[in-house]
Amino acid sequence: MLRSLLSDDLPRSRWLSLALLAIVIGLAVAPFAFPGAKSLNVAAKICVFIVLAASFDLLLGYTGIVSFAHTMFFGIGAYGIAIALTRMGVKGPGGGWEAIAIGVAAALVVAVALAALIGLFSLRVRTIFFAMITLAVASAFAILASQLSDLTGGEDGLNYRLPAVLRPSFSLSDGTLFGASLNGRLLDYYLVYAVSLVLVLGLLRIVNSPFGSVLMAIRENPFRAEAIGYRTVVYRTLASCIAAAVAALAGALLALWSSQASPDTTLSFDIMVDILLMVVIGGMGTIYGAALGAVLLVFAQNYLQDLLAVLNKAMAGVPVLANLFHPDRWLLWLGVAFILCVYFFPTGIVGRLRQKR
Amino acid sequence: MLETQDLTIRFGGHAAVNGVTCAFRPGTLTSIVGPNGAGKTTYFNLISGQLPATAGTVRLNGHDITGYSAPHRARLGLGRAFQLTNLFPDLTTLENVRLAVQVKSGKGLDMFSRASTHRELTDRAREHLAAVSLTDRADTVAATLPHGDQRKLEVAILLALEPDIFMFDEPTAGMSIDEVPTVLDIIAAIKKRGDKTILLVEHKMDVVRSLSDRIVVLHQGKLVADGNPGEIINSDIVREAYLGGAADA
Repeated sequence: MLRSLLSDDLPRSRWLSLALLAIVIGLAVAPFAFPGAKSLNVAAKICVFIVLAASFDLLLGYTGIVSFAHTMFFGIGAYGIAIALTRMGVKGPGGGWEAIAIGVAAALVVAVALAALIGLFSLRVRTIFFAMITLAVASAFAILASQLSDLTGGEDGLNYRLPAVLRPSFSLSDGTLFGASLNGRLLDYYLVYAVSLVLVLGLLRIVNSPFGSVLMAIRENPFRAEAIGYRTVVYRTLASCIAAAVAALAGALLALWSSQASPDTTLSFDIMVDILLMVVIGGMGTIYGAALGAVLLVFAQNYLQDLLAVLNKAMAGVPVLANLFHPDRWLLWLGVAFILCVYFFPTGIVGRLRQKR
Repeated sequence: MLETQDLTIRFGGHAAVNGVTCAFRPGTLTSIVGPNGAGKTTYFNLISGQLPATAGTVRLNGHDITGYSAPHRARLGLGRAFQLTNLFPDLTTLENVRLAVQVKSGKGLDMFSRASTHRELTDRAREHLAAVSLTDRADTVAATLPHGDQRKLEVAILLALEPDIFMFDEPTAGMSIDEVPTVLDIIAAIKKRGDKTILLVEHKMDVVRSLSDRIVVLHQGKLVADGNPGEIINSDIVREAYLGGAADA
């Protein structure tokens, strides 16, 4: 059962198994174990970014495709929901779902079509040129999104109402459970959690399928993969389309969670760098690594500042150190942590853990 | 039957393969010999589609396949082993062979089943590994195999493709003497089946003499001799090609 669920791709390391269990269970009980708006927000972001990073790993780690357009697909998913909900609105207590369905469907069509187009036109060229092409397309798309303000709300993005059952005002019952109020927010969180879990397991299945083994062959030696009869362009393009579709679904989840979509939160190049870091730090070509990387990075982005504030307070009065641990320096420390991570775990955290065994 | 007609490729002004017309019949083993730089590997690349021909045609069973891509030709039954070892380095020995078996099965696009559940592919791959006596190396990562074993794996991948036409490009190059017979026995076994076309590029003249039904000599991109081993090996033109080639170098 578990083997089948994980597609025979077991963690193969005790520590990795424990870490993954901690993530799955931790996220499942997060609303009750860590009540509060901020922690719930962080938990939902972690879910979304695990999916996004894992889908990027399908490209980077498994197929050897370096793409900088991954956030574009993420944005397409988010804007799909945002535009549909803004335009169609939420009618009545049970309404809004048809808008969500249409938004997701449209986003998937656009994302897959765009990925197929980019793939068929440019996956024949060398890795570095492909990376540049995706960078250009993604930049153009981001500009387009902020210029088409009638449709996308421009730089400000779109704010919209979610279906009633997903709103904080929707109450399941009057009481609270372990300090968490049982409202629409909770339902929304578990929607995000469940879909994310299914998507990650789906990606795990794809990379461990016969198709996935061809992707790895292409990563290892595209010339030989062609020589034994695999049309590498077809496989690479399919991998791009799948990754794009999953990224769009991750974007849709984010939009369903945050009830807003803007260039900053869905299309910015910063997010692209973040998911690149997640995959590299976690360990490329493992899917699990993307999950670990996403957890670490989202945590750091949200809590490193708080941690530094504590350190800063503890060292108040010590001349240089107090300044060094000032909460404003959190990006510096994040950078240091990443450099150390890449230096000591060149194969990522998962690679390191699996070596140890 | 595999045929090439006036097959030519030019790099700038230099014709690496120049108007080679030749036919290869099923059930025969043809050795292609010639000095270094004679165009043997380039000729192979033109046949298997790694390089596009400047002029001339490649025909397979009467069909013109000159415009076909390498993967297309591979699926039509043109199997190729490479001179420089050309594996999937980070995958295991078994996975390298399994990927080749999988081509024929047409399961490459199956995304929803676990690769590990396709027992028949894995079993077939193990048979091919056994044929080159690499069974106990099945779970070794290809890049960490000794050179001789990598050469054997190269042959196992070719076997796994189950092609109609086997193209061996110096299959024993760099192998230790005691490993050579494994590969030669395999080639002899394929030949014995009688229905396969075998093309062999080889420098070791004793190997060529014992295995070949026919020898083709390439020199400076041109086909300069074609005949049975007895007459070719002792002919002046071969001696001249080899010694001349050596003298040029």
